[in-house]
Formats: sequence, structure tokens, C-alpha cells
Amino acid sequence: MTQATLQQTPVASDEKEYLSFVLGKECYAIDIATVKEIRGYEPATKIANAPAFIKGVLNLRGDIVPIVDLRIKFEVGTPTYNEFTIVIMLHIFDRIVGVVVDAVSDVVRLTDEDILPPPNFGVAFDSQFLLGLADVESSMVILVNIEKLITSDALALVDNTQTAA
Amino acid sequence: MSVNLEQFHAVFFDESNEHLQAMEQLLMSLNVDHPDMEELNSIFRAAHSIKGGSGIFGFEALAGLTHVMETLLDRARNQTMRLSVNAVDVLLDTVDVLKATLDAYMHGGVLPNTDIANGITKLEGLLGSGSDSAAVVNEAKLDDETPLALLEDDGFGLVDSMQETSESSFDTDDLFADLAFVSTAQTSNALPENAIQAQQATVAQAKLHSTPYTENLKNVTPISGVRSESEGKPSTAKESGSIRVDTYKIDGMVNLVGELVITQSMLSMIGSSLEGKAGKMLQAVIDELQRNTREIQESAMSMRMLPVNMTFNRFPRVVRDLSQKLGKQVNLVMEGGATEIDKSMIEKLVDPLTHLVRNSIDHGIETPAIRREAGKPEIGTVVLSAAQKGSSIIIRIQDDGAGLNRQRILNKAAENGLIQSDDMPDHEVWKLIFEPGFSTATEVTDVSGRGVGMDVVKRNIESIGGRIEIESRHGAGSSFDIHLPLTLAIVDGMCVAVGDQVFVVPLLNIIESFQPKREHIQTVSNETLLSTRGEYWPLIALYEAMDVGGAIEDPADSIVVLLESGKKRFGIQVDALLGQQQVVIKSLEKHYRKVAGIAGATIMGDGKVALILDADSLAQSCHNTMNQEACA
Repeated sequence: MTQATLQQTPVASDEKEYLSFVLGKECYAIDIATVKEIRGYEPATKIANAPAFIKGVLNLRGDIVPIVDLRIKFEVGTPTYNEFTIVIMLHIFDRIVGVVVDAVSDVVRLTDEDILPPPNFGVAFDSQFLLGLADVESSMVILVNIEKLITSDALALVDNTQTAA
Repeated sequence: MSVNLEQFHAVFFDESNEHLQAMEQLLMSLNVDHPDMEELNSIFRAAHSIKGGSGIFGFEALAGLTHVMETLLDRARNQTMRLSVNAVDVLLDTVDVLKATLDAYMHGGVLPNTDIANGITKLEGLLGSGSDSAAVVNEAKLDDETPLALLEDDGFGLVDSMQETSESSFDTDDLFADLAFVSTAQTSNALPENAIQAQQATVAQAKLHSTPYTENLKNVTPISGVRSESEGKPSTAKESGSIRVDTYKIDGMVNLVGELVITQSMLSMIGSSLEGKAGKMLQAVIDELQRNTREIQESAMSMRMLPVNMTFNRFPRVVRDLSQKLGKQVNLVMEGGATEIDKSMIEKLVDPLTHLVRNSIDHGIETPAIRREAGKPEIGTVVLSAAQKGSSIIIRIQDDGAGLNRQRILNKAAENGLIQSDDMPDHEVWKLIFEPGFSTATEVTDVSGRGVGMDVVKRNIESIGGRIEIESRHGAGSSFDIHLPLTLAIVDGMCVAVGDQVFVVPLLNIIESFQPKREHIQTVSNETLLSTRGEYWPLIALYEAMDVGGAIEDPADSIVVLLESGKKRFGIQVDALLGQQQVVIKSLEKHYRKVAGIAGATIMGDGKVALILDADSLAQSCHNTMNQEACA
């Protein structure tokens, strides 16, 4: 909750750190405060009748954590799983969710002025899940509102009754 | 002196509740004609501690009532007044009022002021009719004492007990010498922040008071009201010593230990693959580690366990009150109270057990006249027992009363449209009493018979993973067996393989497993049915239900596990049985959501996640009804 408020009303000229990663050919970034850890991909235990983008559940030191492949959900790139495939473990509203990405690139520092409003088209993500665009070293980075995305009905990761408001 | 006392409130409430419970138990077991001095002392001490604490924290309502109670108890233990059955009743009522008052303070409710006033009046009435003198006289005696003694009385419990520590350590022998009173008065000003330590010190101090002291007590002239803080022999309950720990901390520890076990078993797997001398040495160390982790796990689990006595102890009172009210004579026998079960279960057992015990007395045990006619002893017996059998705990409520009335149950069931025919075996008939709204009592009393009960009892027990069985013989009594798992966090499961996945089936649900013969498998309108020993069972292919690839699809080549859940019975088709194992249940919902057919997940020895099947929700997916209700 605090994190969400921080993101929506950031203090001007306040630099924030974002973790950038690669999905297919596009470069995305998320608020680094939501990242718990980064680990290599390992096969998860499949869950019956779950949508294809939910790879299953994994044991993260005793917690049973769902793994989501955003490449399948948003049809970017080809979902391949090799030794370079990365899972970003996110800590959002007391829940842990793993997100499969092709590669993790960098930590970038951005201020509000750096962030441009998101376009309505051209990106795989629905614009309601985007914070905006930023120019990092002359290439475009898409900033994702990962909290909104993870708790959204589109992913159905959370039972509606207990969705964090 | 401006110390925030509120931080001690929780401790005070906890301890006062314990004291009240102890008081109730002791009063129940008290032999009125020949009261045991030690028991009287314990009761007195409990009352005194509550009075002391409430005085310090400013809970005037509590302090006022316990003060009068204490005075009465003090006279009783100094044998200046004889306790009567009536007095014990009044004391028990007082305990009830105190409980309510304490509860009101705890939860900020309305104080039961009229009850308190009534209680005080009743107690004072007893004091007045007591063998020596009226309460007023006692007060007068108080005044006659030295001013120091008065001061001491005002000091109240917690501080008192601290003074006593110093008294008993320095001058146990001449406790009643003037010196003692002086030291008391001096320490009365002690800072309340020491209150907690002071209470703990009481334990030590109680040990110090030894037999000679009690003898002293007997020689004392009856100006006892003043020496209210003087304590007798040590209370055995306190000697074991305990620490209050937040359950979150224990749960956290249990979780961590679970992780340790998994890491250890992964290490064993790696260790066993190493060859040579180093491998052997590693293996030896791993064996040692394995033993240690197992012991750590056992003791971590045992921290959540409490003796079932915690629930049982309330029943002497229930039985006493109820049998008095109903004019029946009932002897309650409790066995196996030391059997330990999970703390969370203890709390949830109270209501169902109370209901069952009340039922036994209300419906089961007959009135003395009827019992005499039936050639039974006039005093009925209710046995409450607990025992561990394998990985489950069995709690039994048994009575030697009339037993369940088959015909009346059947009539009632027919009336409610629950059954079509009377032709069913006894154990099926008994199950009917768990139906909602079912009551065979001919008239509704305030004890039972409203028909809200047995279904709730069953639901409560099922909510903690247990089940209930009834045995009954007409005229000879009935017995209710509650089967409970040892703990909620662990389930006994059968690991089954389907394709490349492993599932855990709770052992509780499994009836049997076998390899079916082709001729026993039939398909009726897209449903696979399995016939075994003349019954048809719907068959669920787990690879289909769980959407697993690479599994054996032909039922005749697979293994069938027959499951029972509630009233539903069905078979599941799996590739192979991997073995029986205790698994720690982990929630899927914590980070994900509820999944149909899955009760939770667990982590296997290799660190992989296996899903635990939920027989109940799997049963929903089998539409066939022919096997669900009728056949047994």
C-alpha cells in the first residue's frame, strides 16, 4: 500500500531506482523496491487448469510461490527456458510472485521528469499497467506498474475476494 | 512512580484467568467435610493473587469481590469457619462473576456490577453465618491490628509477594515477628515496574515456605484476616516453570525447522552420491545431522502441543451443575488428560466436547429412579478419555445411560424427510443425529434439545481435520469417539505418481488401493465406473482432472485408490503408489489462490513442490450420484 502511494505521488526530482529486464526484444523496467530476489529458472510444479502463462508453483525457502511467464501472457518473444532464463521474485502486498523474463539488464535511476507518458499502442502491455516510457542510454525502456499488473484480474493470480485494494 | 502499567495488563489477565481456572478446579475437587489444607491454601492463594493484581492495576470491581472472597477463604483455611456445600456453591458462583468481570476489563465491556454486588452480599452473608463472627467483626479486628499490618493489606498482591520474597529469604522462621511486618511496610513502596519480577518471585518464595511454616499457621490465633498475604505450601503447578511465548514465534520456528529438514534431506541425497573416504565421512556426519534435525523437529512440534486436560478440566463443573439442575446423579471419570494435542485444536474442542458431555447427561443418563428400575447403579457414569493411537488422538465421551433411541431417531428423520425407509444399519441411523435441525428430545429444555448442536459439533470437529463415530447400545449407554490428527500442520499422506508429477493423497480419505481388472471397468455415459465387491464406484482419472501429460491412460494398467470424503466415495486413477509419508501442509493461497481439487502444497525431500489433493472438492467433480448416498 505504501509502495503504491509512493509511486502514484512521487516527490518531484526524487530519483527512484528501477530494475530493467528484457522480454523478447523489448526492454522493460519495474520499481526495484518490489523485487525480492533474482534467480535462475527451474521447472515449477504445474497447477491443474491454470492458464498457460502460469508455469506452476515453486518452493522459495518454504513458501509456495506461483511463477508467471509474462512472455506467454503478453505474447512477446518466444518462451524458451534455458540456463539464461531468469525469474524475478517480486514481493507485492505480502505476496511473493515469480516472473519469468529473458534477461535482467540493469538498475537505472530515473526521476519523474525522465518519465514520459505511455503511448496507447505499440506495446504488448495494456497501457493501464504502464507508468510511462523513459529514455535510457538512447534506447526506450517501458516502465511497468508491476503492482497493478500482478494484482489485476487479467493475471487472476489473486482470488477476487482477497485482492489488495 | 509514573510507570505505564498497561504493559502488564495482558500478563495480569492471562494469569488471573489461570488462577480462576485453578480455583474452580480446586473448589470442585474439594472435600467439603474434610477439606485438604493444601487445597484450601491454593484456592486462597489464587484469590489473593487476583486481588493483589487488580488492586495494583486499579480494577476496583475485581479487587472488591476478591477481597471478600479472600476473607472467607482465609477463615476456612484457618479452620475458624467450616465450609458447607452451599459455601462452595457461592464460591463457584463468585468465580463465574469474577470471570465475567475479568472479561469485561479485558475487552472493555460493561462490568457486571449487580452480579458483583450480589456476590459480595452472598459472601458476606456466609461470613456472617460462619462459625466465628460477622464480617464486621473481622473488619474490627483489622483495625485492632498494628497500623503497619493495615498498610500491608492495602499494599495488595504483587507488591506483597515481592515483600514476601524478602521476608522468606531472610526470616522465614519468625515470619510473624514484628520485624517481618516492618520489612513489609518498608517494601510496600516498591516500584510497580518490578511487578512482573515480583510475581515470578512468588514462585521462588512459595517454594521457600515449607511445612514448619504451615504448622506455624495453625498455631496462630484467629486474627487471620490481616495476614492475607501469607502463603502455604508451594503450588505444584507453578514449579514446572513456563514461559509465555507468542504463537507466531513458535509457528515461525516450526516453519524454519521444516526448511531445515528439507535442506538436510537434500544434503543426504548429495552425500550418498559421493564415493571414497570423504564420502563415508560425510555420510557419517549427515547421519548425525539427520538425527539432530529430527529431534529438533520433534521438540519444535511439541511446543505447540498442550495436554488435553486444558479442555477436560472444565467438565467437572459442567457435570456438577448440570446433574444438579436435572436431578440426576452423575460421576465423571476423566482419563488420559495428559495426552497432548495441538493448541489450536484444544481451543476448538471446547464447544463440541461441552455439547457432547451435556448431551450425555441430559439425554443419556437416566434419573436415579429409572436407573434403579433398570437394575443399574443410581449414579450414572460419564467417562471422558483421551488416548493416542498411531498418528491420531481419540477422545471418547462414554456414558452408561439409556443409549440412543433408534426408533425415535428414525421417526424424527422420517418426519424431516431425511430418509425413505427404516431399513438401515444402526451406524447409519446414528449418523442421522448429525443432520441440521435434528433433535429427538421430546421437549426443549434450556440444557439441550433445540436441534442446533450435533451438526455444529460435527462441523467443528471436521474443521480441525477430525471425524466423529458413535456406538450405542439400547439401555447400556452410548459412546462418541472423536478421531483427531496429531497436529494440523502435518498430514499423513500417500504419495502417488501421475505422469511426471507427484501428488499427496491424505491417508484419512483412503479406503484401499489396488490394480483393477479390465472386466471391472465400465463406461456409462462418459463416466468410468469401477465395480468392486458388488459396488460401483465413480472413477476419476487424475491425469485428466489435474491436466498432467505422459500418464498411463488405460485404467486397467493403472492403480486405483479408493477414497471416501464425507458421504461421497470414489476412486482415483494414478500411475503408481510411491509410498506413505508425513508431509507439512503449506498454503497455496498465501501467494496464489485456491485451486479446485487441491487442499494445499508440500515440499518433498528433493525440494520440489507436490500438491495435496482435496478429496472433498475432487468429489464435487464426480457427477455420479448413485454411489454417493445410498451404498455403505
